[in-house]
Amino acid sequence: MDLTLKIWRQASAKAKGHFVNYQVQNISAEASFLEMLDILNESLVAKGEEPVAFDHDCREGICGACSLYINGRPHGPDRGITTCQMHMRNFKHGETIIIEPWRAKPFPVIKDLMVDRSSFDEIIQAGGFVSVRTGGIPDANSIPIPRRNAELAMDAASCIGCGACVAACKNASAMLFVSAKVSQFALLPQGRIEAQERVQRMVAKMDELGFGNCTNTYACEAECPKEISASNIARMNREFLSAKLLAHKEF
Amino acid sequence: MGKTLNYSSITKKIIMSLAGLFLISFLLVHLGINLMILFDSTYEKFNVAAHFMATNPLIQVFQWVLFLGFIIHIIYGIIVQLQNWSARPVKYMKKGYSELSYFSKFMIHTGVIVFIFLIIHFANFFIVAKFGHIEEITYKSGTYENMGAVIVETFKIGWYVVFYVVALLLLGFHLEHGIQSAFQSLGFNHWRYTPVVKIIGTLVSILITLGFLAIPLVIYFS
Amino acid sequence: MTKLDPKIPKGQLDQKWTNYKAHQNLVNPSNKRRLDIIVVGTGLAGAAAAASFGELGFNVKVFGIHDSPRRAHSIAAQGGINAAKNYPNDGDSVFRLFYDTIKGGDYRAREANVFRLAEVSNSIIDQCVAQGVPFARDYGGLLDNRSFGGAQVSRTFYARGQTGQQLLLGAYSALSKEIGKKTVKMYTRRDLMDVVIVDGLARGIIVRNLITGEIERHSAHAVVLATGGYGNVFFLSTNAMSSNGSAIWKAYKKGAFFGNPCFTQIHPTCIPVHGEYQSKLTLMSESLRNDGRIWVPKKLEDAEKIRKGTLKAGNLKEEDRDYYLERRYPAFGNLVPRDVASRAAKERCDAGFGVGTTGLAVYLDFTDSIKRLGKNVIESRYGNLFQMYEKIVDENPYENPMMIYPAVHYTMGGIWVDYELQTTIPGLFAAGEANFSDHGANRLGASALMQGLSDGYFVLPYTIQNYLANQIQIPTIKTDLAEFVQAEKETKDLIQKLLTINGKNTVDSYHRKLGLIMWDNVGMGRNKEGLTKAIELIQELKIDFWKNVKVTGTNDQVNPELEKALRVADFIELGELMARDALSRQESCGGHFREEYQTPEGEALRDDKDFTFVSAWEYKGDNVEPEMHKEPLVFEFIEVKQRNYK
Repeated sequence: MDLTLKIWRQASAKAKGHFVNYQVQNISAEASFLEMLDILNESLVAKGEEPVAFDHDCREGICGACSLYINGRPHGPDRGITTCQMHMRNFKHGETIIIEPWRAKPFPVIKDLMVDRSSFDEIIQAGGFVSVRTGGIPDANSIPIPRRNAELAMDAASCIGCGACVAACKNASAMLFVSAKVSQFALLPQGRIEAQERVQRMVAKMDELGFGNCTNTYACEAECPKEISASNIARMNREFLSAKLLAHKEF
Repeated sequence: MGKTLNYSSITKKIIMSLAGLFLISFLLVHLGINLMILFDSTYEKFNVAAHFMATNPLIQVFQWVLFLGFIIHIIYGIIVQLQNWSARPVKYMKKGYSELSYFSKFMIHTGVIVFIFLIIHFANFFIVAKFGHIEEITYKSGTYENMGAVIVETFKIGWYVVFYVVALLLLGFHLEHGIQSAFQSLGFNHWRYTPVVKIIGTLVSILITLGFLAIPLVIYFS
Repeated sequence: MTKLDPKIPKGQLDQKWTNYKAHQNLVNPSNKRRLDIIVVGTGLAGAAAAASFGELGFNVKVFGIHDSPRRAHSIAAQGGINAAKNYPNDGDSVFRLFYDTIKGGDYRAREANVFRLAEVSNSIIDQCVAQGVPFARDYGGLLDNRSFGGAQVSRTFYARGQTGQQLLLGAYSALSKEIGKKTVKMYTRRDLMDVVIVDGLARGIIVRNLITGEIERHSAHAVVLATGGYGNVFFLSTNAMSSNGSAIWKAYKKGAFFGNPCFTQIHPTCIPVHGEYQSKLTLMSESLRNDGRIWVPKKLEDAEKIRKGTLKAGNLKEEDRDYYLERRYPAFGNLVPRDVASRAAKERCDAGFGVGTTGLAVYLDFTDSIKRLGKNVIESRYGNLFQMYEKIVDENPYENPMMIYPAVHYTMGGIWVDYELQTTIPGLFAAGEANFSDHGANRLGASALMQGLSDGYFVLPYTIQNYLANQIQIPTIKTDLAEFVQAEKETKDLIQKLLTINGKNTVDSYHRKLGLIMWDNVGMGRNKEGLTKAIELIQELKIDFWKNVKVTGTNDQVNPELEKALRVADFIELGELMARDALSRQESCGGHFREEYQTPEGEALRDDKDFTFVSAWEYKGDNVEPEMHKEPLVFEFIEVKQRNYK
C-alpha cells in the first residue's frame, strides 16, 4: 500500500518543530509499523537526508521504548499492543497517517519523535521498590500469598513504563503508571511494610514533576498496551487517603 | 491559599469529590421542595417548605456550609483544570478520542456554565427571597411569602426557560461523570459494586435533570 | 598457556563456594566508600550487581544505552527462571540442577562455576519474592513451578509469560532504590566506546552520550561489563535492536580473551520470517512445547500442497503427520533441549517437509491439548502468547496450528572469565550473557535469568571485593591520565572516520549481508568449507564497509545511523572470530553442530579427547590472526557422557 506520513520533525530539544510530509510506497500489510518507518528511514539515508529519530528496541512489545502518537492515539489504532506490535494491516492504501511524539510537560521532546521519560524513573526512585537488601532473605515460600492477590499484583506489574497513559490522558496525568506500581506492592505482603510511605512519596514526586491531575476519564486504561485497569488508580487513592489519615509521618 | 495549592493532586480530588457528593444531597432536597409546586395550585406546600428553609435556624447554619461546599468544589475545579492544561504545553495536532467516560472531557465547560447559571439563579430567586419584597399569601395554616408565584412568573419568560433547560441538561452531564468519578477518586472501586455505582450515578443524574426540568416546562406550557 | 588460570577453589564440589567465601579478602565499610565501581549495562546482571554494590557502600556508576535502566533486553525473557527449590517434591536438588546444566551444555562448561550457579539459584528466588516479584502461585498461595526443556523435574518459576520483565523490574527497583539514595549514579543513553587500561589494570571507560554526542571519560577502581550477548551479529535474531557486542569487543581488543565465540543458541520456537524488510524475529516462549506437539507432513507432496495453500494443516490425517521429535526422542519428545529441537526442525525443512509460504516453518499444534484440557486451560497458560502470535501472523492459533522456526536467540560465548568472573584484564569483570558463562555449548531454558541474577546478586558482590581489597590504597583515578586522553582520541578518530567515508551503502545493508553470511555458514549447521568461505566473505565485507558505508548526520546530536555503524563495524570483526572458532572446533557439541561430526543417525558427535576445553581467543592486532588459548575442562565429580534424549 502507499501512504502519506505526516511526521513531527524537531532537530533538538530547543529547536522549533514542524510537520513534514513523506510518501512511502509498496508497504506490505505484513510489515510492522516500525518496519514501515525503517523503510522510510533507509530511503531518507540513501538520499542523504536525516532519518526520523524514534525510540524503539525490543520490537516485541515489552521494553516500552516505542512511543508514537499515531492518528490521535498512543501506539496507534489497535488495542492492547505497542507501536512495534502494530502491523500495517491496520491501515488502508492511500491513507494519511499523522505521527506525533508523546506530549506532556514532564516528557520533553529530545529529537523528532523521541521524548525524555526519565521522570518515570524519578517516580520509581522516590519509592517504587521494596527496601530489601541483597541476601539474608527468608525462604520464598515462608509467606503464602493468596493467588488472587498475586494475580492482581501481576496485572499491575505488567506495566512497561512506555508512557502511553500520560500521552493519552487529556490532563497528561501519570496516575495509571504510578498506581500500577503502588498497587503491585500494596497487594503483596512484602510491599505492605512500606505502603504508607511509598504512596505518599511517589505521589509527591509525580506532582512535583508536573504531571496533570486524574479526572477519571479512563483514556489511560483504553490506550494502555498492557491493558492495566484504572481500578489501580482507585486503589492508590484508597492507599493515599488512609496513609494521609493514619500514617505516623507525612512525606 | 498557598497550602491549598500545595495539596497533592489526590487530596485535591478527594476534597472535590466530597464537596461534589455533598452538593448532590443538596440538589435532591432542593428538587424535592421544588416539585411540590406542581402538585398544589395554591403553592401552599411549597410556600410552607420554603418558609421552613428560610427560617429554620439549623438550615440557616447549614446554608453557609453549603456555600462553602460550592466554593471549595469550584475553586478546586479551577485549580485542577489550570494544572491539567499546563501539564501539556504543546498540544497534539490530532486530538485524542479515547476517553471512556465521554462527559469527563467537558467537566470544566459544563461546570462553568452551571456556575454562571447558579449566579443568575441566585439573583432571581435567592436574593429576591432574602432581601426583596414578595407578596404574602394567607392559608389556613398561616401567612407566608408567596414564593411559588414568583417562580411561576419567572418560568413564563421564554428565554429564561430556555437558559434554565440548557443549564440543567449540562448539570446532568456534569453529574453523569461526576458521581461515579467521585467514588473512584475516593478509592471506591470494586469489580461487583462499581458497575452498580455507575448505573445509580447515571440514574440519579437523569432523575435530578428531569425532575428540575419538569417544573419550568410544565409551568411554561400550561 | 599460563595466562589462563580459572582460579577454581580447592575442595569438594559443594564446598568450593563456601571455602572461597570463607577465605576471600573483603573491604571494610569505611574503605568501600572510597572505591569506585563502573557497571556497564542495566539488565539482570548489571542492575543486580550495581544495586548490590550500592547497598554494600561502594561508589557505583552505571551506564546504559536506553533512556531507562528498565528497558534492558532481559525484559523480554518470557518463560521462567530455574531454581533447585524442589517445591513440587519431584526429586530436584542442587546437584541435579547442576548436572542438568552441565549435561545440557554438552560438557563444555566449568564444573565449579555451574555448581555455584545451582547453589545460589534458591537464594535468587527468595530475593525476588522479597522484592515483590509477582511469581505465579497455586491456590494455596505457594509458588508454582512449570517444567521446561532439558529437565525431568518442574523447577521453573515464572510470572506469566513475562518472567524476564518481572525479574528485571525487581532488579530495576533495587537499582532505583540505590539511585534514590545516591549510592549509585545512573548514566542513561550512553554507548560504551572503549575500556581504558592503566598499567595493565582496567581503570575506566570512554562513553558516547547518545543525545549530545559528547565523548566522556569515567574512571573507577574496577569495571564490570554486563552488556549482554551478540546474537545480533546475525542481523535477524530475537535480540532487541540495540543489543550489541561492541562493549565486549572493545574489551577483547584491549586484551580480554574471548571465550567460545562460536557457541550460539538457536531457539526452536520463533515466529517464521515473513519478509525482507523484517527487522527482528519474535520468540514464542519455549514453554509452549509443554502442551504443543511439533509436526510436519509425512509426505513430500502434502508439504508442497500446504505451502501452495491448497491443503490445510487441520485437514491432514493423523497418520500423514510426522511428529518427528516424539518419533526420534521418545523419552523427552517435544521437550528435548533447544539445540536438538532446532536442528531437527532445520533437518525436516531442508529435506523438503517444511510448511508456510517459505517452507521454513514447522507446526506447533495444540489441538490435542485443547481436547484434553479444554480451551480455557490452554488460554490461561498461553493466552498472551497466542494473542501475540495472532497479532503478528493474523491467524488464530486455537484453530490453526502455530508455525514456528528456529532463530538466533542467545550467545553462550563471551568474554572469558575465571571463577571470580574476572577477565584476563585485572579489574575488568564480565557478568551475565556478556561472559562466556556457565552454559557450555548450549543453554537450558530458564537458565539465562538464573545466571544473570546469580552473577549480579550473589557472585560479583563477593568476588569483586577480593580484587578491590588490594585497591584500597589507590585514590580516585584521574581521568586526565594519558591513557584516557589516548582512548578518547581514538574514539573520536573512529567516529570521524565513519562520518567522512560518505559511501553509497547504508549501514543496514552491511548488517543484512553479514547476517546472511553468518546464518548460512555459521548458523545451525556448520562445515569446514562454509566456515572458510565465511571468513573470506566477512573479510571482504569489512573492506567494503570501510570504503563504501554511508553514515548520515553529525556526531553532536542524536544519530542512530552512527550508533548502528559503530556496532556493525564491531559485529563484522566479531563474526569473523565466531567463524574462526567454529572452524577450529572440529567436533559437534551443543549449539555448535559441525556437519562433518555426527553419528549415523544425525546426532551431534562430541570429541571429548581433543576438545574438552574452552577456547579463549587473544587479540593480536587489526587484520592479524588471533591466537587461541585453551582452558582444559576437568570433570572431577561427574561422568562425561554422550547426551542422549532418546
